[in-house]
Amino acid sequence: MEEKQSYWSENLRLIFICLAIWFVVSFGFGLLLVEPLNEIRLGGYKLGFWFAQQGSIYTFVALVFWYTKKMNDLDKKYNVEES
Amino acid sequence: MDGVSELQLYTWIAVGGSFALYFAIAWWARAGSTSEFYVAGGGITPLQNGMAIGADWMSAASFISMAGMISFLGYGGSVFLMGWTGGYVLLAMLLAPYMRKHGKFTVPEFIYDRYYSKTARVVAVACLIIASLTYIIGQMKGVGVAFSRFLEIDYDMGLYIGMFVVWVYAVLGGMKGITYTQIAQYVVLIFAYTIPAVFISLQLTGNPIPQLGLGSTLADGSGIYLLDKLDMVVTDLGFKEYTTDNMGGSVNMFAYTLSLMIGTAGLPHVIMRFFTVPSVKAARQSAGYALVFIALLYTVAPAVGAMARLNLMNTIEPVAGQNLVYAERPQWFKDWEKTGLLKYEEKNGDGKIQYTADEATNEMIKVDRDIMVLANPAIANLPNWVIALVAAGGLAAALSTAAGLLLAISSSISHDLMKGILTPDLSEKNELRASRIVMTVAVMVAGWLGLNPPGFAAGTVALAFGLAASSIFPALMMGIFAKKMSGTAAVWGMCSGIGITMLYVFQHKGFMFIPGTSFLGDMGPNWFFGISPNAFGVVGAVVNFAVAFAALKVTGPAPAHIQQMVENFRTPHGGVTAAQNH
Repeated sequence: MEEKQSYWSENLRLIFICLAIWFVVSFGFGLLLVEPLNEIRLGGYKLGFWFAQQGSIYTFVALVFWYTKKMNDLDKKYNVEES
Repeated sequence: MDGVSELQLYTWIAVGGSFALYFAIAWWARAGSTSEFYVAGGGITPLQNGMAIGADWMSAASFISMAGMISFLGYGGSVFLMGWTGGYVLLAMLLAPYMRKHGKFTVPEFIYDRYYSKTARVVAVACLIIASLTYIIGQMKGVGVAFSRFLEIDYDMGLYIGMFVVWVYAVLGGMKGITYTQIAQYVVLIFAYTIPAVFISLQLTGNPIPQLGLGSTLADGSGIYLLDKLDMVVTDLGFKEYTTDNMGGSVNMFAYTLSLMIGTAGLPHVIMRFFTVPSVKAARQSAGYALVFIALLYTVAPAVGAMARLNLMNTIEPVAGQNLVYAERPQWFKDWEKTGLLKYEEKNGDGKIQYTADEATNEMIKVDRDIMVLANPAIANLPNWVIALVAAGGLAAALSTAAGLLLAISSSISHDLMKGILTPDLSEKNELRASRIVMTVAVMVAGWLGLNPPGFAAGTVALAFGLAASSIFPALMMGIFAKKMSGTAAVWGMCSGIGITMLYVFQHKGFMFIPGTSFLGDMGPNWFFGISPNAFGVVGAVVNFAVAFAALKVTGPAPAHIQQMVENFRTPHGGVTAAQNH
């Protein structure tokens, strides 16, 4: 039971970290901070515009794979993998 | 052979060939049991499922409309790009693995088990059917438009052909047939989308990768960045700057993006696909693969949008100050004029085309957003086989999504309403037969709606995402993360969320979308903090959460065995597949 509780709270912490990054790249860089970021250029892209139309999506992909890997490790650590 | 008939020939080959492939797959992947029919026997690999989710998710709207919307909204179009991809992050972390662990066939069934309430199940079925049917109308219209434009056969006839093709593989194969055809459809649609984009990026910037081309300098030797050039061209004509034009203000864009994200995560036809894999681990992995396959199209779309806009502008005004003479307009211009999606009106009598933001002088009185992707290859003078490929791709996108939606509808009726509530002693063989009959009826209803699209069709997309965001997503999330949430409290939450969302949508767009029937008097557009009706789902979701937690104080926590069940689906250990569970 204890074990299960700490597995779950580790999972929640991981989700919290991922969703914080998810929020920062899309709502943060892509929307709220878009004007100051647009002062910076990434080639022909204004940086804020790049995050809104490209960067946020690449980050989402990386986040899901990272979460999957971390969860597989967590399953092993607590020995709750599927048989 | 002249140009038109060569194009027709290629289009028939591309469309006919892809349809033959879908039929062959359907025959090979026939379903023999309810488990195969609902969840493809639970034996789909994560990579296969990722592709199938990609095709399931990317509809006629993603393929045909999205780049067109971005083309005219510029930066404002980012809400669709972030909203329709960011939802998968939520799905992968908050819903999919746990719902897969629980191991049932449908979303309403999960809600029934978790909230031990038939009312909750019926509410979920109702949301699912309304959301899915409104979605199907768009797919059916997409099929009709693609056929009528590219093969010059009647819109109605095109729709019948589309209905027949979907019917064959969906009824024969159920989820199993749909999964394997969706994999083939994903391949067709991604090639159809990216090949023209590569050509156009190469033409304009010299860089074959559209994602990089969009950030590159133009290949015309001017050394100007493509996006700067586009900003310059559109602002010269009085339009808002492409890279900063924000749609309805930041609050609205924020709410819109969040509504699309949670709406995406709550759409049953997508969630259902996660029930087809053999394990929790595979469910997590397929979310990652799905997002890769979706991102392939979604990161190309902004390039397609911007480049199409620039090409359109360059066609109309090839040299600064020298506009195109209407009588010398290119063939694609004439073709789209015939469909009524492109309209020109001479205003100043010079015979040249003026395209400006000022209504008094603008002569391009209609440029439908939907034509941007379909006309793009022709505008850029690409070879005919590329145009033919786009036709097959558009059809693949529409058909694959329609099939997924049809399965969601038929399984919720045959499995949740019939087997679950009305006739619990239905045998497996009869349930399978019932789901095939329901599927046939659903195809006919979808076809009828495509032939007689209700006047409010455009407004209903807001309703589909609004319903998913305000009812299904919060109910599922609380079911997993709030162990004590009780059934009655959840039903109150769902109904309040749906209620407030529908109220807002109807207040702005008319009751049941009938104009002029706003019941609360004049409220002014986007009354609530400037949030448009399309962006309101997130407010409904907040209301849902608030009401449910308030009601929980009254009803008391869920019974111990339910809390035990929640504990159980929070860990992957000891899972079974839906196939073993029934």
